[in-house]
Amino acid sequence: MASWPILSLVTFLPLAGALLIFGLGKAEGEAGDRNARWIALWTTLLTLVFAIIAWSEFDPANPGFQLVEEASWLGGGVSYKMGVDGISVLFVVLTAFLMPTAILCSWTSIEDRVKQYMICFLVLETLMIGVFCALDLIVFYVFFEGGLIPMFIIIGVWGGKRRVYATYKFFLYTLLGSVLMLIAILYMWATAGTTDIVKLLAYDFAPEAQTWLWLAFFASFAVKMPMWPVHTWLPDAHVEAPTAGSVILAGILLKMGGYGFLRFSVPMFPDASLYFQSFVFALSVIAIIYTSLVALAQEDIKKLIAYSSVAHMGFVTMGIFTLNQQGIDAALFQMISHGFVSGALFLCVGVIYDRMHTREIAAYGGLVTPMPVYAFTFMVFTMANVGLPGTSGFVGEFLSLAGAFQANTWVAVGAASGVILSAAYALYLYRRVVYGVFDKPSLRGILDMNSREIGTLGPLIAATIFFGIYPKPIFDVTGPAVRQMVETLGVSTPHAPISVSEPVKPTEGEAPAAEEHH
Amino acid sequence: MNTLNADILLALPELAMAVGGMALLMIGVFVAKQRPGLVNILAVLLFAIVAALILRQPEGAQGNAFNGAFVVNDFTRFAKLLILVGAALSITIAARFFDRERIARFEFAALMVFATLGMMMMVSAGGLISLYVGLELQSLSLYVLAAFHRDNLRATEAGLKYFVLGALSSCMLLYGASLIYGFAGTVNFDGIAAAVSHGRNVGVVFGIVFIMAGLAFKVSAVPFHMWTPDVYQGAPTPVTAFFAGAPKVAAISLMIRVLYDALPGAMTDWRQIVTFISIASMILGAFAAIGQTNIKRLMAYSSIGNIGYALVGVAAGTEQGVSSVLIFMAIYVVMTAGVFVCILAMRREGGQTEEIADLSGLMQTRPLLALCWILLLFSYVGLPPLPGFFGKLYVFGAAVQQGLWPLAVIGIVTSVVAAYYYVRIVMIMINGEPARPFERAMGTELRVVLGGSMLFTAAMVIVPGILVGWAGTAAAALMK
Repeated sequence: MASWPILSLVTFLPLAGALLIFGLGKAEGEAGDRNARWIALWTTLLTLVFAIIAWSEFDPANPGFQLVEEASWLGGGVSYKMGVDGISVLFVVLTAFLMPTAILCSWTSIEDRVKQYMICFLVLETLMIGVFCALDLIVFYVFFEGGLIPMFIIIGVWGGKRRVYATYKFFLYTLLGSVLMLIAILYMWATAGTTDIVKLLAYDFAPEAQTWLWLAFFASFAVKMPMWPVHTWLPDAHVEAPTAGSVILAGILLKMGGYGFLRFSVPMFPDASLYFQSFVFALSVIAIIYTSLVALAQEDIKKLIAYSSVAHMGFVTMGIFTLNQQGIDAALFQMISHGFVSGALFLCVGVIYDRMHTREIAAYGGLVTPMPVYAFTFMVFTMANVGLPGTSGFVGEFLSLAGAFQANTWVAVGAASGVILSAAYALYLYRRVVYGVFDKPSLRGILDMNSREIGTLGPLIAATIFFGIYPKPIFDVTGPAVRQMVETLGVSTPHAPISVSEPVKPTEGEAPAAEEHH
Repeated sequence: MNTLNADILLALPELAMAVGGMALLMIGVFVAKQRPGLVNILAVLLFAIVAALILRQPEGAQGNAFNGAFVVNDFTRFAKLLILVGAALSITIAARFFDRERIARFEFAALMVFATLGMMMMVSAGGLISLYVGLELQSLSLYVLAAFHRDNLRATEAGLKYFVLGALSSCMLLYGASLIYGFAGTVNFDGIAAAVSHGRNVGVVFGIVFIMAGLAFKVSAVPFHMWTPDVYQGAPTPVTAFFAGAPKVAAISLMIRVLYDALPGAMTDWRQIVTFISIASMILGAFAAIGQTNIKRLMAYSSIGNIGYALVGVAAGTEQGVSSVLIFMAIYVVMTAGVFVCILAMRREGGQTEEIADLSGLMQTRPLLALCWILLLFSYVGLPPLPGFFGKLYVFGAAVQQGLWPLAVIGIVTSVVAAYYYVRIVMIMINGEPARPFERAMGTELRVVLGGSMLFTAAMVIVPGILVGWAGTAAAALMK
């Protein structure tokens, strides 16, 4: 228990920065823009520092919620409650880690309405961190849904040519998904009399109610994730969003879906989760194979990476719904790793987009000659995207496949073919952009990455390789919380087909031990 | 039986309002004929005094006055305060507008006072007679207010349309009241409640249908909404702002009083009616607004949809339902006042404009005003953490608690449809080519009202529990 409200501090510090920029609104022109940029950068860096402090105060051995804060808010069983456990704490750190990157990569590419841009991003950061810290359903929903407003403005104002269409699509898709979840939340509130997540985790919902609740939550998280077939908003949104918007979208907003599955769907509705397991597996495998094939055919770099994100999120949903320790651990790892790998890939696109103002793959070629540093950076992240051993992408993909193998061999076989396809589209992209003959006249005089860009991408390279070689810090944090979740699942569903390899029906006491053998 | 003194004490706010209204009329005629602004200020002052009188009545005070014709409890007090706030905001933002349009007359404030008095009577009505007296006092004042810009074709049309249809709806209400009286043998709500408690009676059901038709007209619920777009567009903007706020609160409070106090025994019957008009209003409000180009017309459809949401809470038939309606309406009144300030600020080179296209690029020309617009519109969408979210949260919560799934699901889906036309305005503002900028001078009173609206928004995020608590107390008093 922290003596000071560190989570609220991490959550609302960016908002304070936004208010500061708003308050200093008088300075017009270049000076005002510069102020806004620096305030935003320092705020996000300070937030990162506090997020790391929160991480260091977090005790990984304790599987429960920590750093809990509570204050009265709405009444009637709804209070402002914050806290993190092994599942959420890393997302807080990931968000805080990616935000300075997002600010830095828009340093020069955003020239129009800089102040409003920075305010939007800082507000968005508050809402995103809040999502991962909230320990009350209504508070969670407020943060979850509130994020739509700044994102709407970010894509709508600073987006590309078809931004209006993309914004509506993004907005209405996500809104429809989340309002269905709201009905489920209202039902849970009415039935359990509280929206405290800790209490709801211990509450047993009737199995038939679970099915509906699960579906309502699924509507929201599947759109957010996004899962096939409700993924179509994502490529549009990614293509039109400014670089930083894409980074945040791919890096964090998509993770809210996976986080939601792990926080609500699986532990609160275990029966329904088991019931829908094959359904999710089917969707995940389709997503992995189908979107990988679609990615192969893309002409637009951003769209290609967007489709690859959908495919990678397929691994995550597959991992989560294996409902075993390995799969869920892997899904969490995959989400964290995908957070910086896909973010970094969008940054790489941003680097050349800032120079050439096109995302057409055909407009590039042979960039390795004028831009060796860029070629190296891009390669690291392409390899991480492929899942090359030694990069963080490998760990998540491999373990989620291993987890899936325990649950259902055919799912693992299908998903594994996606690994090959991902290598195909990622390397094909890399070849067309970076290799080949450097003879396009439009590319003449293109400069390699400057120090700001290296500074932006450097930490991401370090993280990708570090966690690829030494993933233990992440598993240490997620392990106990996931183990506890899987154990409670095992108790409430003793006939779980997870244990097909163990024909002996496990008794309650043995169930957790049996899970650990996998 | 109360003594006369005790009766008068209970009705003191209304009496003060009535005396004050007549005094204002006198002052207008004899003293301030050329200075209608003074009467406006006095009217707002009068509202403040009446509000203070209401607040002075101790919390939890319950009472019937005049042989049960007049009821006071926490519910009526909450609704009356809300009505006073809505009316005061409308008068505040009206003065400068009327000056500029050269139609400033002291009768405006006097009519507003009488309309408000009528609404307070509606809320406190304890029987069908006092209900009708209050309703008509309010309606007659509103008919005149709608046509206040009497040299304007649209305004006169609006006034006439409103009057003819309003008269028709009053007839229906009266007819329903007489049917109920015929079958219950009394006009007092308590007596009706006792008479209707044993079993269904076809005559009473007919009466309920007619009364509901009349009340649905007053709240502009589908299928009695036809007047709304024309009146909203035709009436002077501050009057539209008034129409969109206080009378809706009064009518829906009256509906709650009639249904919950007089007809709790017939809940299965009236719940069907409320459910139907609620669903119809939500659907129409969501779809019909999509094609609008005039912002006031759009707000008309938006208000139809919002009444549909409020009726969801009414249909629940529980204490939570009542408190959810109060929360929803309180938020709705303040947001509507804010939006209409923004509409009044759409003014350039001496002329008021009402086209949505004129808002194009507002984020670049007037960033602060655009920010207020955006927050208000997203609040109408019901996006957290803005206040509109809490309103919807509670009404749908009440419906879910009673297992009214069709209401909750249709409501939620229509709110996504409605989101489209709200965010379309936002998109025009943040993304369009800047149109010719509006006049910078906004007027202190507009700034104050808009600022207040924003302050309320912030307060609802940080301490929403306060409003929720008040509404809960009010609802508990009604259900006692």
